[in-house]
Amino acid sequence: MNRFAMIGQRMTQAIPSIIGIIIVTFLLTRALPGDPAVYFAGPAADEQSIAEVRAALGLDKSLPEQFWLYLGDLVRGDLGVSISTGRPVIEELATRLPASLELTLVALIFAIGTALPLGILAATRPNTWIDHLCRVVVTAGVSLPVFFTGLFFVYIFYYIADLAPSPLGRIDIYFIAPDHVTGFFLIDSLIAGDFETFRAAFAQIILPAVSMGVFVLAPLARMTRASMLQALGSDYIRTAQASGLSRSKVLFAYAFRNALLPILTTLGMVFSFMLGANVLVEKVFAWPGIGSYAVNALIVSDFAAVQGFVLSMAILFVVINLAIDVLYTIVDPRIGMEG
Amino acid sequence: MKRRDFLKTSGLVAGVGMVPMLRNLPASAAGRDDTVVVVLPNGPNSMDIHRSGTNRPSYAIAVNVYDRLVSFGSKTLANGTTMYNYEDIVPELAESWALAADGMSMTFSLRKDAVFHDGSPVTAEDVKWSFDRAVSVGGFPTVQMKAGSLEKPEQFSVVDPHTFKIDFIRKSKLTLPDVGVPVPIIINSKAALQHATEKDPWALEYMHRNPLGGGAFMVDRWDPGVQIVYKRFDDWKSGALPGVERVIVREVPSASTRRALIEKGDADISLDLPARDFRELADAGKVNVQGAPIENSMYALGLNMNFEPFQNKLVRKAVAYSIPYKEIFEAAAYGRGVPMYGGKSMKPATIDWPQPYPYDTDYDRAKELLAEAGYKDGFEVPISFNLGFADWSEPAALLVQEGLGKIGVKSTLDKVPGANWRTKALVEKSLPMHMKNFGGWLNYPDYYFFWVYQHGHLFNSMNYRNEEVEALVEATLNLPIEDPAYEPNVKRMLEIAFDEVPLIPFYQPFLDVATQKNVKGYEYWFHRQLDVRNLDKGDA
Repeated sequence: MNRFAMIGQRMTQAIPSIIGIIIVTFLLTRALPGDPAVYFAGPAADEQSIAEVRAALGLDKSLPEQFWLYLGDLVRGDLGVSISTGRPVIEELATRLPASLELTLVALIFAIGTALPLGILAATRPNTWIDHLCRVVVTAGVSLPVFFTGLFFVYIFYYIADLAPSPLGRIDIYFIAPDHVTGFFLIDSLIAGDFETFRAAFAQIILPAVSMGVFVLAPLARMTRASMLQALGSDYIRTAQASGLSRSKVLFAYAFRNALLPILTTLGMVFSFMLGANVLVEKVFAWPGIGSYAVNALIVSDFAAVQGFVLSMAILFVVINLAIDVLYTIVDPRIGMEG
Repeated sequence: MKRRDFLKTSGLVAGVGMVPMLRNLPASAAGRDDTVVVVLPNGPNSMDIHRSGTNRPSYAIAVNVYDRLVSFGSKTLANGTTMYNYEDIVPELAESWALAADGMSMTFSLRKDAVFHDGSPVTAEDVKWSFDRAVSVGGFPTVQMKAGSLEKPEQFSVVDPHTFKIDFIRKSKLTLPDVGVPVPIIINSKAALQHATEKDPWALEYMHRNPLGGGAFMVDRWDPGVQIVYKRFDDWKSGALPGVERVIVREVPSASTRRALIEKGDADISLDLPARDFRELADAGKVNVQGAPIENSMYALGLNMNFEPFQNKLVRKAVAYSIPYKEIFEAAAYGRGVPMYGGKSMKPATIDWPQPYPYDTDYDRAKELLAEAGYKDGFEVPISFNLGFADWSEPAALLVQEGLGKIGVKSTLDKVPGANWRTKALVEKSLPMHMKNFGGWLNYPDYYFFWVYQHGHLFNSMNYRNEEVEALVEATLNLPIEDPAYEPNVKRMLEIAFDEVPLIPFYQPFLDVATQKNVKGYEYWFHRQLDVRNLDKGDA
């Protein structure tokens, strides 16, 4: 019950921030340089056709009036029509957000799978060659820009070694995307029981996911190492060791569980960061994700699309933070009991 | 099931399907000989060229999925590239056409056996509805129609089910070619009218997503932002049946990736690479690089008359002499263009267009002119360019800056994002010195002058006004080129442009494409989109 109360409270806390975000994005998109009406009236437009487009976009109305209309649309779940693609923003987000989420999640799984063992190894053997190797690997990962890692991987694994499939987005040219259920190709193909498509989609996602994952190895591995070191040095570990518990029991049941909280916090931050920052990987691998969509929308002053993007990202952040908070209560029994 | 059929015929099940990450296929297996794979940076955002907001890549839909009444023949350039021939207008949906005795109307006879993709016959009613739509929806299509003196629905009439008539409001050499540009597509009006509403009489909403044409290809699949797949329309009557059954056009934003794909043989055609990549690919010789100079187009520097020093002709000439042309040709075009500098005489000898302007790098001359104009100590000016075209305009702007520095003119670089460019450069016309890349669809010098040198027109971002040019363009634009006044008029326009230099051309750019050696039938078109109808694929 307490746990539900806490979740409810956290959700109410998110409401003011979302309202703030709605206002700020609305004002910011109206302040974008460039006149969308001129842009979308086309290369050979005259005064009259520009005015027609402006009226069609509702840009001839006053700002408060535009905002009021926008709020009305939002309440009805209508994010407007993206003027650059001519499709409802909600439809664009529905096809592109899963692509980005899938890529980010696979990247995160790779990063966790690599960074946690590295961090634990480094913490249990501080200042040995393993520790140094771990440091070198993560420093190299974080100091290479993502697009460079991406291009480098394409060059090595596709161009030279011919191990990876052609970097043509989510699925190879001769495959058809699986039927839309979740929008995650890996999951949808399994639902359809189609393992060939699953393999093809998986082969496509490996390189971009690893390029992204490498970049966030550093915060995760360093945080794991630091909090493990701290946990291993504390009194309860000494007590556990003195009581003759097995090494693995001490390491995982006591030390790691206690070290997990700061790692979770870092994970939440890393995930949010990756969702927003994968534009370059999307460009290199022709990944039809939300980042490249938002950047294109920004370049052409497509304000409905930009607003929709920022809003959905904001909601996503709130949800992720909420999820992390809930995970806290599972990992750390104290949080759930109190309150 | 559909996917499986597709795979069965693609013959790639074993290669890609079973052994992911380990494809031991020969490079050319990327496509079979009836499928062509194209990679480009941006795909279409609409199926309807008449909608406002439709982007350039969507013109390819108009070209491949719809027919026009007429088309253009082709010719081969000295470098082996095939290009359309603007002097040779050939039948497409119209079998033949005839000019009335008084020269004030034209009658088109339609093919009797032509059908739309849904199987219904193409009639003159459809043609009239389509032309009415193009001149009525406003925006770009209507302006383009107007360029050919096609302005109002009353000009178009149905004579009988297979005869369509256009009444002229004036005689113009631009009318017939304008019927062949991508805009006047022939739409299945019966199907369109089913989706028309009172608010949307031209079915813009429906046709934005659903093409209703009768062209050589149908749209098999369109995933906006990802790919478009064309499938051959086997009942196409308006030309020879295309040699390939399917064309897959994938969007790959990164130029490096597009280059890797063509070099590895996973793409058959790669579009829109930087000039430098095309030169390297051409030198390496593994793939074919075909380039044609883009007709009626020049990369140039515009000088705005609202900026005080540029009101003086001597200052404009001084700038023209201070441009390091050869360096720009090397560093911006990588040699993939035709130089537009170093012309011999201030009087044009021919009406070839575009032709080199009579300026070359000469800093001493530039300094003299500047001193004579009263700007001995120079002045300051920002050089603006569109970030969307940074691959050529940034190096060019840097070199211009260096050249101006040598004659004492200080300059700063002003990078303008794409969305802003149109407003600032073309609508407000507020950029003192800026990079220009206009190209006209209809290949006549007077057409270029109409857009770029005539006052108040969109691409006259220089705010240039010369009464003689105004009068000459008015008099020449609709004149047939056989008219005795045509050549002297154009020569005079060129002479004024040479002398007054509000616009300083660098070079005429190439439109390059990289294709696999076994891909045949690539053709350069003025609309700069890929016409997939003539493509064919043989053994390498």
